[in-house]
Amino acid sequence: MPSVSKRLATDLLFKGVLGLATVILFIPLIMILYYIIVNGAGAISWAFLTSLPKPPGEIGSGIGNAIVGSAILICIACTISVPIGVGVGVFLSEKPTHTIAKMVRICLEILQGIPSIVIGIISYLWVVLPMGGFSALSGGIALSLMMLPLVIRSTEETLKLIPQSLKEASLGLGVPYYRTMTKIIIPAGRPGISTGIILGISRVAGETAPLLFTAFGNPFLTFNIMKPVNSLPSLIYNYATSPYSDWQQAAWGASLVLILFLFTLSLIARTISTR
Amino acid sequence: MNKQILEISNLSVSIGNDTIIDNISMDFHWKKITTILGPSGCGKTTLIRCINRMHELIPHARVSGSILLFKKNIYEMNPILVRREIGMVFQRPNPFPTMSIYDNVIAGYKLNGIKLGSAEKDNIVETSLCRAGLWSEVKDALHRRGAFLSGGQQQRLCIARALAMKPRILLLDEPTSALDPKSTGHIEDLVSELKESVTIIMVTHNIRQASRISDFTAFLSKGELVEYGSTEKLFTVPEDKRTEEYLSRSAG
Repeated sequence: MPSVSKRLATDLLFKGVLGLATVILFIPLIMILYYIIVNGAGAISWAFLTSLPKPPGEIGSGIGNAIVGSAILICIACTISVPIGVGVGVFLSEKPTHTIAKMVRICLEILQGIPSIVIGIISYLWVVLPMGGFSALSGGIALSLMMLPLVIRSTEETLKLIPQSLKEASLGLGVPYYRTMTKIIIPAGRPGISTGIILGISRVAGETAPLLFTAFGNPFLTFNIMKPVNSLPSLIYNYATSPYSDWQQAAWGASLVLILFLFTLSLIARTISTR
Repeated sequence: MNKQILEISNLSVSIGNDTIIDNISMDFHWKKITTILGPSGCGKTTLIRCINRMHELIPHARVSGSILLFKKNIYEMNPILVRREIGMVFQRPNPFPTMSIYDNVIAGYKLNGIKLGSAEKDNIVETSLCRAGLWSEVKDALHRRGAFLSGGQQQRLCIARALAMKPRILLLDEPTSALDPKSTGHIEDLVSELKESVTIIMVTHNIRQASRISDFTAFLSKGELVEYGSTEKLFTVPEDKRTEEYLSRSAG
């Protein structure tokens, strides 16, 4: 058996390696944030957030349409994925061994593994082609497909943790099953379900690929879900790859806005889930 | 001799391939306390769950035989109506954690979508809490959540919640097994008072508890009804050897 001092030294080394791994994780994270803040902070102003994009070289250009577009896309994605996702999640937690539940789980794994660009193409086939044009609706549908597995999983996992005794208490009072679920079980799981929805939103808010053939992008402001809309990620993609320095600057600004939005979402998710 | 409130005939229950209850027939007595006694795993909890059809929550449970509530087969009734007639209190206190004490008591009405005037609600809450012996302790905190209550108080809150629905039968599934002796005493006193107004069927593995408060006792072993009769008789001159053994072993 090795001596005590050798074992203590190995212990120390092991702890050192753990610490080092953590520090290494921080380096790229801090560098990313540093670059985005240094390059983006200068671009951000009230006018930047509210005005519309202008041709390169003109001052007073903004990303207002992309913020509105992203908001519209997220709303559409939530409208579709939250009711369906919560419904499927409830089913999975209620009937975990049902044949359909097993099939659903396999489908979810496949859905989660589908590359986002492919999801964009699917939405293109389903919505853009039949409707004859790019639209916010098709983009929202693409994003909802990406959000769906996250909402379902978090609903299922949350509801599984709710004690059976709560359900018994309600059923024992002669409360019908549907009311037990909607008035007791789902409300009891609300923090977990909301956290899942928020994480789902932050997952899709930064997606560019599914929007390429769906929401497409639009230099103008529109609230019409049948029209193409701009979004923060597509704006960043278009501006960052442009040769104009003021557009690149705007891309940094938009990145910062997007990062701050995601950061806020994860803060909200944390607050809800630890409450 | 008694008003036939609840008659179980030829009840058998199996879960998967295991027989939990084996051909039990028994009648319960109106406004009396009947305890169901037996070692762990003898099927006593399953038996009372069958009485308000809560066994339907157990996957793969199959039931044969019949249970008549006032001559009506509960398996042909809507389970929702059965459960309003037959209230249940569970092993562990399970008040609704997000509701106030007040809302917990009228939860049965609220969740069923039964509209009540506020005076009527106040009345039900007060009467039910009084009957559960909790009113004086919580009357100043009705709109606080029940989480600060002790285990015994929570259990009495659950009893109040069940009583609020004005059931004719109250099932108690080892209501004191998660409680300390003092709270247990409270619940026992309460149960003895309640038999004035409801028929009580209680599962327990505590022999002393059965002898202290019940009028009738049924002894179950391995899913079989070994002996059923007045508590006094069953405890003093048990007919079956298994009953005698169980009583003497557990008492010693």
